[in-house]
Amino acid sequence: MAKTDALQGSLDLLVLKLLSRRPRLHGYAIMAAIASTSGEVLRAEEGSLYPALYRMEEAGWIRAEWITKDTGRRARIYELTAAGKKQLGAEESRWQSVSLAINRVLREA
Amino acid sequence: MSLWSRISNAVHGERLNREIDEELQSHIDEGIASGRDPKEAHRAFGATLHAREAGHSIRTAGWLQSLLADVRFGWRQLCRNKVTSVAAVLSLALGMGSCVATFRLIDALLWRPLPIAHSSNLYILSRQMTGLYGKPAEDDHWATPDFNLMRDAVKDQADLIAVSDADRTDITWSTDDDMEKAHVVYASGNMFPVFGLKPALGRLLAPADDRAPGAAPYAVLSWDYWNHRFGRDPHVLGHTLHIDNQNFEVIGVGPHDFTGTEKGTVTDIFLPVSMNSLATKDSVNWHHVFLMLKPGVNPATALDPLRQHLAAVSHAFEVDCSTCFRGVPQATIDRLLDTKLVFHPAGAGISDLQKDYRRSLGILGLLAALVLLIACVNVANMMTAQAAARAQEMALRISIGAGRRRLVQLILSQSALLAVFASVLGALFAAWSAPFVLSLINPPDNPARLALPADWRVLLFGFGLIILIVLLFGLLPALRASAVRPVAVLKGGEDPHSPRRLMRGAIALQVAFCCLVLFLSSLFVASFQHLQNRPLGFSTDRLLLLEAVAGKGQLPVVWNQTAEALRAVPGVDSVAISGWPLLGRIMINSDISINDAPPSPTPAWFLSVSPGWLSTMKIPLVSGHDFRLQDTSPGAAIVNETFAKTYFPGQDPIGHTFERGANQPVNKIVGVTPDVPYHDLREPNRPIFYVPFAGVDDKSAPSAVGFATFTIHTDSRNPAALAGSLRQLIAQRHNGLRVSNITTQLDLVRDQTIRERLIAMLAAFFAAVALLLAGIGLYAVLNYSVLQRRREIGIRMAVGAPRSRIVRLVTLDVFLMIALGGCAGVALGFGAARYVESLLYQVKATDANILALPACAILLTALVATLPAVLRALDTDPTEILRVE
Repeated sequence: MAKTDALQGSLDLLVLKLLSRRPRLHGYAIMAAIASTSGEVLRAEEGSLYPALYRMEEAGWIRAEWITKDTGRRARIYELTAAGKKQLGAEESRWQSVSLAINRVLREA
Repeated sequence: MSLWSRISNAVHGERLNREIDEELQSHIDEGIASGRDPKEAHRAFGATLHAREAGHSIRTAGWLQSLLADVRFGWRQLCRNKVTSVAAVLSLALGMGSCVATFRLIDALLWRPLPIAHSSNLYILSRQMTGLYGKPAEDDHWATPDFNLMRDAVKDQADLIAVSDADRTDITWSTDDDMEKAHVVYASGNMFPVFGLKPALGRLLAPADDRAPGAAPYAVLSWDYWNHRFGRDPHVLGHTLHIDNQNFEVIGVGPHDFTGTEKGTVTDIFLPVSMNSLATKDSVNWHHVFLMLKPGVNPATALDPLRQHLAAVSHAFEVDCSTCFRGVPQATIDRLLDTKLVFHPAGAGISDLQKDYRRSLGILGLLAALVLLIACVNVANMMTAQAAARAQEMALRISIGAGRRRLVQLILSQSALLAVFASVLGALFAAWSAPFVLSLINPPDNPARLALPADWRVLLFGFGLIILIVLLFGLLPALRASAVRPVAVLKGGEDPHSPRRLMRGAIALQVAFCCLVLFLSSLFVASFQHLQNRPLGFSTDRLLLLEAVAGKGQLPVVWNQTAEALRAVPGVDSVAISGWPLLGRIMINSDISINDAPPSPTPAWFLSVSPGWLSTMKIPLVSGHDFRLQDTSPGAAIVNETFAKTYFPGQDPIGHTFERGANQPVNKIVGVTPDVPYHDLREPNRPIFYVPFAGVDDKSAPSAVGFATFTIHTDSRNPAALAGSLRQLIAQRHNGLRVSNITTQLDLVRDQTIRERLIAMLAAFFAAVALLLAGIGLYAVLNYSVLQRRREIGIRMAVGAPRSRIVRLVTLDVFLMIALGGCAGVALGFGAARYVESLLYQVKATDANILALPACAILLTALVATLPAVLRALDTDPTEILRVE
């Protein structure tokens, strides 16, 4: 449970960041990437990933399309839009300032 | 993802669910493919259903989806009660269609601005004065010299425009004998430029065309006339138009939608004011004067100074006018000079049709609205009954968490569905009925014409109406149904009487509206009947009227010879000549002075008639004799009884003389006739005198006659059958006479009652619909109430209540409501009757039969409507009821 709490509020940031580095991922790959790049610390709850993806899709930050993979299975892959890039910048700086502030509180308290 | 994709997803909800499922499945498959244990992968994912629901709601427009579900549900509800739904849709459609149709007529005639620039800055000049019989009167016609003075006086702040009435005029386009009718308007040259109008072809009249009398023989055609008479032929420019003995050259065609300033009449031809011989006459008031404020002049501050300035100029003109008041008594001069100049907004045009029909259309609007209200009450009752039947369902919905807003939306969408269906049908009805009613206004040979576009004004009204009626008949039932307290309902109902109380109130309302409609209708129908059955004093049977014109005029002998020729036609019984027909458009009065005394304050009306005209019209002589062939005018006269009473009270007028004004030749009275209506069926009897058709001038030489009417009594029941051959006969004689119009005396009498017939017909229609709807409403409510009270009735019967008691139980409160509503309706009716008094003829709101008719009709309807429910109540089988319980 602690693992998912750590993600609270920052799932959007992680997904956007991942998609900016590695475009055209499907949901499972996004989840796996979050887990592996964070050294298995951060793990998105699998069921709640998709509503988040849809929300970002509605907001116009990412777009999706269906592809057929080499294995013959169909998958829905996501990539960043221009609006998504802008949003990523905003989220990143917000995260920076928040973590800076938290660090300052931890140092001085 | 756009709003559009969300709307599309909402409509195709199943497809979206499949897509989400597929994606979630592919996620799990991917996990398994990458080596996870299938069970563990499923478990790690959690509930797919939950993820699907969450995803679905994000990717759809939720409000739309719930709305769609509600509409579907509403549709199923409507389908469940097919008969009532269809009845509701039909009655609403009829009500809405009538309302929209009346709105279209009122808007087109009274409100819609003329298609000109700055129409809100346009005013018409009018003067308020004391009329002939001491009544307040208003005159909006002016003399051209007066107009010229006023125009120059205010030219810095406003443009004054002269526009005559659109008169139906005899015109010819070639020199042969083919005369046609066209609506001709004389306008000052500044009309087109001030109105900001551009020609569709050629040029329009310009201020330069006003410069001198008779100097601008030019005609501008309206686009409409150019279209239907010339098929938009561009070579029409240069054509010559003949009116009487004047020739006009066509110089242009007006813009597409401009049909003149007279609403209800489409002007065909515009001529310069300067080309009318009346334009030089100081004493003839013959055209309207419009005032258009210059751009940048503030109406709030500029109008009153302008009005005072114009009033002073016009008053000075009238005081100076030497020819205006020759031989007129001083009292009359004082009355005519004591006027007040006023401005009326004229941005929506100005016409007699507006004056005649303003109130009538208002009443029709009221009747249509009342019928719609009755229909709404019916539907509201239906919804209340259905909602009461669904109380269990509502309670269940609330118990499992439906919000109140959601329930209101559920029921309102059913109402909206009804309203939408009704509005489609209603729009069709309005599309047909507005032009149909318009076509019944005015005589068939000269129908009223109005543009009735279905533009944003009409659409806006329609949408407003839909929303209004949905709120009217849907909101209250919806609020009531959604206010259900689930605990109470699931326990077995809290107050079983409450929906019935609401419906009983609705009945009172319905009966009140229905009573008002019936009351007004019976006023109009009775008024029309009185008017139609008014004794005429002459016979219209088999009378053909042949109106002829003779250019510069022909001597009476030519007219007499023509009458002789007409007499020889087989099928013609007798022929006489009069200056114009009775009850036609022409009325001319004359001062009467006795023994060279100053003229009396009341004038008399006159008509020139040939010997034999009285007998052809079947007007008897009370005393004296008819004119003889050698009688001339001035010389002999026949007067009616009112004339005798007015000018020779208490004497036998035969042998007395009178003059038409001071120092005029003497007329000797040779006969007295009963009163006949002269110009208007509604007016009280006027003093009338007849003079011989053969007129002589002051040197005893016969004077020429420019127009007259042959009154022809035919053998056949259908006098119009002879019209063609008689027209030909006159054309073949080539004696200068030409047929201008052929009609029958019966048609002239009928044309007098067109407005009354129209209102009576439509009012009767609305009354029938209102009665039918109220009857249906009553039946439905009573039926519902009996069904609901079956248990109670069964128990009462079981414990020995007599049948009369059951009947009273079922009907008493309903008839109380009917009585209550009836009284309210009659009270409303008395209020409304005062507003329509001017439309009524010899009918008073307090007449017993006017009150009795609606009362009887409603009682009868109530009896018929309650009978099935009462029978059903009496038919209740107590044992069956008790067994069920």
